[in-house]
Amino acid sequence: MSVIQVTDLKKSYGGIRALAGCSMSFEDKAINGLIGPNGSGKTTLFNVITGYETADSGQVSLRGQDITNAKPDKVFEHGIGRTFQITRIFPQLTVLENVHVAAQRQGFVAQARGWDSTAERERAMEVLEFVGLARLAPEIAGDLSYGQQKLLEFAFITMAQPSVILLDEPAGGVNPSLLQHISERIRALNSEGVTFIIVEHDMEFVMRLCDHVLVMHQGSALTSGPPEQVRADPAVLEAYLGAGPKKGS
Amino acid sequence: MTTTEIAPVGAAAPEHVPYRPPRAVRYGATAGLLVLLIAFPLMFPNPTVTSIGVFTMIYLVAAIGWNIFSGFSGYISIGHAAYYGLGQYTVALITIHAHLAAGWGLFGLLPAAGLVCALASIPIGFLLLRVRKHTFIVLTIAVMFIFQLLAFNLTALTNGSGGLTMPFPTWTGDFFNMPFYYVGLLCAVVAGGVAWWVRRSKYGLGLFAIRDDEERARGLGIKVTRTKLIAYAASAFFVGIAGGLYAPFVGSVYPQFGFDPTFDLAVAVLVFVGGIGTLSGPVLGALVLIPLQQYFYLQFGNANLYLIAYGVLFILILRLLPGGIVPGVTKAWRGRLVARARARQELAGAGGTGQEGTGPPGGTGPPGGTGPPGGTGPPGGTGPPGGTGQKDSGPKDTRPGAGQKDRA
Repeated sequence: MSVIQVTDLKKSYGGIRALAGCSMSFEDKAINGLIGPNGSGKTTLFNVITGYETADSGQVSLRGQDITNAKPDKVFEHGIGRTFQITRIFPQLTVLENVHVAAQRQGFVAQARGWDSTAERERAMEVLEFVGLARLAPEIAGDLSYGQQKLLEFAFITMAQPSVILLDEPAGGVNPSLLQHISERIRALNSEGVTFIIVEHDMEFVMRLCDHVLVMHQGSALTSGPPEQVRADPAVLEAYLGAGPKKGS
Repeated sequence: MTTTEIAPVGAAAPEHVPYRPPRAVRYGATAGLLVLLIAFPLMFPNPTVTSIGVFTMIYLVAAIGWNIFSGFSGYISIGHAAYYGLGQYTVALITIHAHLAAGWGLFGLLPAAGLVCALASIPIGFLLLRVRKHTFIVLTIAVMFIFQLLAFNLTALTNGSGGLTMPFPTWTGDFFNMPFYYVGLLCAVVAGGVAWWVRRSKYGLGLFAIRDDEERARGLGIKVTRTKLIAYAASAFFVGIAGGLYAPFVGSVYPQFGFDPTFDLAVAVLVFVGGIGTLSGPVLGALVLIPLQQYFYLQFGNANLYLIAYGVLFILILRLLPGGIVPGVTKAWRGRLVARARARQELAGAGGTGQEGTGPPGGTGPPGGTGPPGGTGPPGGTGPPGGTGQKDSGPKDTRPGAGQKDRA
């Protein structure tokens, strides 16, 4: 069963076609890997799905519900959270405050109350414990190392308990021990039913972690399947080596 | 959620050094300052001195109000004189048309002045807050001049350049300033209370998140337009009250003095000097700079020479304390504590294990940085949100206390 389905999605920047009629679907409650050479449109696809970019045409649906060109806050309300290729945290807030930003509250009275209510604080500390950052809770987030900031971004996404999490290059600039740390967290959340879609260039990371791998090339889907099948697909190798897609050849 | 077998990321926990003085010190200092401000006109009843006190209170209310929006959200407005003037005209027009007598009753119009300004700010803010940074600043200035032009040209309502004259209270010379001073102080306390509430509320956290990275905040479900608009209206409310206090104090309202561009510069400079985005920065800025301005005014007459002094001071602050006085002093204070903590850790053999990404987080410069508050960007600098410069593999900058931290 698919959780997010994109159909004939197109997006151009001037003369550059970032998405050229991209159609693909991501499996529910699975760890989906999205790979492809640089410029194949992976991040653009993330941006369009999460509302940070508007599609020129095509459709994005979440469990059958049309969310095409919905604003980022609406997409988030639908249960889709994401991280960015270049980590985007709130550098002048503390680590704990960063996590609290993502805690959802509705209504004026709830908004007027202190940001660190007991229940939310417990939950925030639990999330920070989950990624191993609890001891840094009172520190200013901008002071964290890059890897720690990656974990923090991951932490505040999980604070809101989205059902789908999109991770854009979680391994980028992260040392192997931290990467292992991130992998463990992804697996733990996935076992609780959270769907992941991961854009990553580290093939070992993707092949080891993901249940389902999708490949993009030149703005559209090239192939998809289990990691072993994708790894063995000659079209994927050709796409990465620059020989152009020749699926089935 | 699984919480077992979690290894903390990095080395042993560094000793946390607080970014702000202890709560008892902060609350004690606030209470002490309040007592001092209450006692001030009683200790120095000279009307020349108390009139400086009244101007200080008026600017204090305006600065705290301005900071609620510009300091907390990072949207720098150089057009809040629109609401300062509107507050003045609101009080003057109601007084004149309702034939109100001068005296204590006029202070009852202050909430009306604030309310009119807040209501007027909603459609204006709705339009302005679609743009950011330089464009936003330019548009706020434009709005202020539009209000000034309207005041000049809607002569049937405002009497144009002839201005409006208000009835003067019949209080005696020594007492005249006292009601204005204490009402101003009361308004400042209320404004400070609102700023404090915003700072610690869930709503305010969203505002600070917008300051750091608006799109990121939106992607975490924060209703950014609504959040900014509420802060903008609250800010206009208090600046309008400041204007409403000013009008009966001087007894007249003119377009060029109501919608005065130098008011905007003064408020922005004093908040930047004190520490933008902090609770205590606007207070410190107003309490230091407005008496200084009034001193220049009394010494050199109405030649706006104080603006030159402001300029020099602003440049000095930018060079020496880029975040303003409060963050600068706090940073230096924290730097000493970080150095002591580090020395303690080294003595205990717990510091600097050399693992990757283990540098003590305290006291290092945030990637977002502490860019000079040049009035064109969100406070706290121009670096990309989240920054890019720090990697796990390298030793971190260990200069104590670098970076803007204080939101005291």
